[in-house]
Amino acid sequence: MHFTIEQRPQPSAAMRVAAPIIATLLTLAVGSAFFAALGYAPLAALHAFFIQPLSSANGLSEWLLKASPLILIGCGLAVGFRGNVWNIGAEGQLIAGAIAATGVGLYWPAPDALLLPLMILAGIVAGMAWAAVPAFLRARMNTNEVLVTLMLTYVATLLLSWLVHGPWRDPAGFNYPQTALLPPAAMFSYFDPAYRLNTSIVATVIAVVAMWLFTDRSFLGYKMSVSGAAPLAARYAGFRESSAIWIGLLAGGAAAGFAGVAEAAGPLGQLSPQISPGYGFAAIIVAFIGRLNAFGIVLGGLLMSLLFLGGEQVQMTLGLPSALTRIFQGILLFFLLACDFFIFYRLRRSGGH
Amino acid sequence: MTPRLELRNISKRYPGVVANDDISMAIAPGEIHAVLGENGAGKSTLMKIIYGAVQADSGEIVCDGNRIERHDPATSRALGIEMVYQHFALFESVSVVENIALSARMPFDLDALSRQVVELSERYGMPVDPRRIVHDLSVGERQRVEIVRCLLQRPKLLILDEPTSVLTPQAVEKLFETLRQLSAEGCSIVYISHKLDEVQALCDSATVLRGGRVTGTAEPRKTTSLELARMMVGANLPEMHIEPARPSPAPILEVKNLSADPPHAFGTALRDVSLSVHGGEIVGIAGVSGNGQAELIAHLSGELRHRHAEAIRLEGQPVGRLDAGERRRRGLAFVPEERLGRGAVPGHSLRDNAVLTAHRAGLVRGGMVDRGRAAAFADRVISRFKVKANGSGAAAQSLSGGNLQKFIVGREMELAPKVLLVSQPTWGVDVGASAFLRQTLVDLSRAGAAIIVVSEELDELFEICDRLLVICQGRLSSSLDRRKTDREEIGLLMTGGTESSTHKGSAGALHH
Repeated sequence: MHFTIEQRPQPSAAMRVAAPIIATLLTLAVGSAFFAALGYAPLAALHAFFIQPLSSANGLSEWLLKASPLILIGCGLAVGFRGNVWNIGAEGQLIAGAIAATGVGLYWPAPDALLLPLMILAGIVAGMAWAAVPAFLRARMNTNEVLVTLMLTYVATLLLSWLVHGPWRDPAGFNYPQTALLPPAAMFSYFDPAYRLNTSIVATVIAVVAMWLFTDRSFLGYKMSVSGAAPLAARYAGFRESSAIWIGLLAGGAAAGFAGVAEAAGPLGQLSPQISPGYGFAAIIVAFIGRLNAFGIVLGGLLMSLLFLGGEQVQMTLGLPSALTRIFQGILLFFLLACDFFIFYRLRRSGGH
Repeated sequence: MTPRLELRNISKRYPGVVANDDISMAIAPGEIHAVLGENGAGKSTLMKIIYGAVQADSGEIVCDGNRIERHDPATSRALGIEMVYQHFALFESVSVVENIALSARMPFDLDALSRQVVELSERYGMPVDPRRIVHDLSVGERQRVEIVRCLLQRPKLLILDEPTSVLTPQAVEKLFETLRQLSAEGCSIVYISHKLDEVQALCDSATVLRGGRVTGTAEPRKTTSLELARMMVGANLPEMHIEPARPSPAPILEVKNLSADPPHAFGTALRDVSLSVHGGEIVGIAGVSGNGQAELIAHLSGELRHRHAEAIRLEGQPVGRLDAGERRRRGLAFVPEERLGRGAVPGHSLRDNAVLTAHRAGLVRGGMVDRGRAAAFADRVISRFKVKANGSGAAAQSLSGGNLQKFIVGREMELAPKVLLVSQPTWGVDVGASAFLRQTLVDLSRAGAAIIVVSEELDELFEICDRLLVICQGRLSSSLDRRKTDREEIGLLMTGGTESSTHKGSAGALHH
């Protein structure tokens, strides 16, 4: 008996809904077997992974706090991904944004009321500037933006490291590689001082709506999707490839730059080498789990954030090694993306004689 | 006499389509048997079943009186059944003899094989130099390689799938001589085509297919084209109404001394191309594919830009350096030969594909796509051009080639262009829809538009064009009045007397 994979004439609407459900069930089944085989009680592990992090107000606050940058950056990146522009360097753009914002917050003499807006502006501009380098190189010299954005991430990381070890190091910081704390006027305000969730999440909500309008309704977004899906058709219609490249990279840069501001002027309050726990890279996965669609990215960001929290939770409460939690996260992402495949394709039994 | 090959009640179903429905036919030794039918009539499926590349759901195949039980291409070749596909399967970067050696079931001895190739090709009047690299061969020569490759196996039955679609009229005549010689030696030939004149010139008998069923059998030499066409189409063909052209006093599109390097390694350079098209007329560009048509049309559409703005003028204004969008803004529209991926985005709905070029017709307002208007535009095209589709929400890739072509032509025409470029307007489109598309092109031109049609179908060009030009190796001939030229003259210009595509040139190469 043979099976062949064939493209569906129309993507399956039923499968679009069923795919994430099937993926979740498969993950639960395989994950349980996996935990059981290693001698951990599967139910307790799953409970610690998915239920415990969300069963307190603080847990919910942390959940949204971590989901916010993932969703924001995911939206920015998806604009480019839809147009075949592969910005892999959101992490570097995030760091560039955080550096610029902290620089303004610490060293720019501005009235209190203007300080945070100026920092946001500086962070977004820095993120876009970091992304403009690969955009310029790709549009003018056809260099591969995957390589350039990725390598610029290392440049940003090293720049950050130099700043916090050198010129920007807090003189009163016991020689730790970190800057002084930002003044209160430079910080996003909390909804409730007991929890770390802050007003930067408003920007994420705005970004989601803007991203949806741009990709689903605007003519510019339409042109980008044509460039991505059929470059020859874009050229046939006379859409400029360079504008797709610039828009795609700058959108990702701006989103990542803002996320950098929100980290520095939010939960951290200063600049340190651990400014981002890998949000820039995780957001790439979030964009794809969300099928490059604004509302899908919201769900993808919430799931990814929960996996971060759940992973920490099982390490603390059950003493699972961190490698195990990574494997479990991998299983979930694998099934999610694998089930999506069947929206567009199907298996057919072919008569093998 | 036992038939060489007999098909009994062959049926083949694919999801949603019956490709072959209860087909029976018999072919005698030495007979040249035509299988006639429109695109989608089931000819190709039937041939693949005969060759064993596809298995029938039911029915049986009998070869020289023996039923074939387990059927696949290896079985066919053991029985002496060989097939020349419409799309050649040759490796471009290696020589002719190496290509043949790759598929021949014989010891790998290139020298011996070369001698055999030369001997066979001379015997059948198809000169092929075994040492030449396939990439340097013309399309006609590549076909000879494919045929020689089959002849080496001493076939008893040779299947040819639309073999003349890439040949000049002269090359077609050479091919027919070879096929007649083979037939005289006892080799049966199955000749698949939709060209009635060829079938009448070559074939002893014909089976006509329509919608997967046999709709008639005939002796083509004793049957009129009209009767054959009726069996193929199932109805009388609409008649064309062509009024005499009244060209505008000044040309709308002018090309002067356009030369351009090839855009990629396997492209063709354009050399000193000049032409002008007036409003109200249709100008046809004939030629064997790969002679610069793609490059010329890309320069005209703006997909490729030229260094000199003056090389191309639209209504007197230099446009050579403008991109496709800017030229469209000035009234140019274009139907490319690739429908999926160039003329339309495969995964997008027809509504979204309407926006692709019709966005300037009020489908975008305030930077936002007006979905209601886009859908209305798509629906208008669907109804005016009788596109068979599941509404404007259907994905472009879900349409058949002919229906998508109708949609794209319709979309471009709805824009009321001043200049319309059309490449291969009726490739893969059935006879009825082709006639409709040709009529709409004529109507648009008589309403004042300047139209350029690039086609490899000479019949089509002769039917609708007022003037013809021939492109060969990147050079364009001077303009010929349709009423004062004929296929013979066009055919000679298509080969251009050049080394690689004429009989003499290749024969000479053998003796280097």
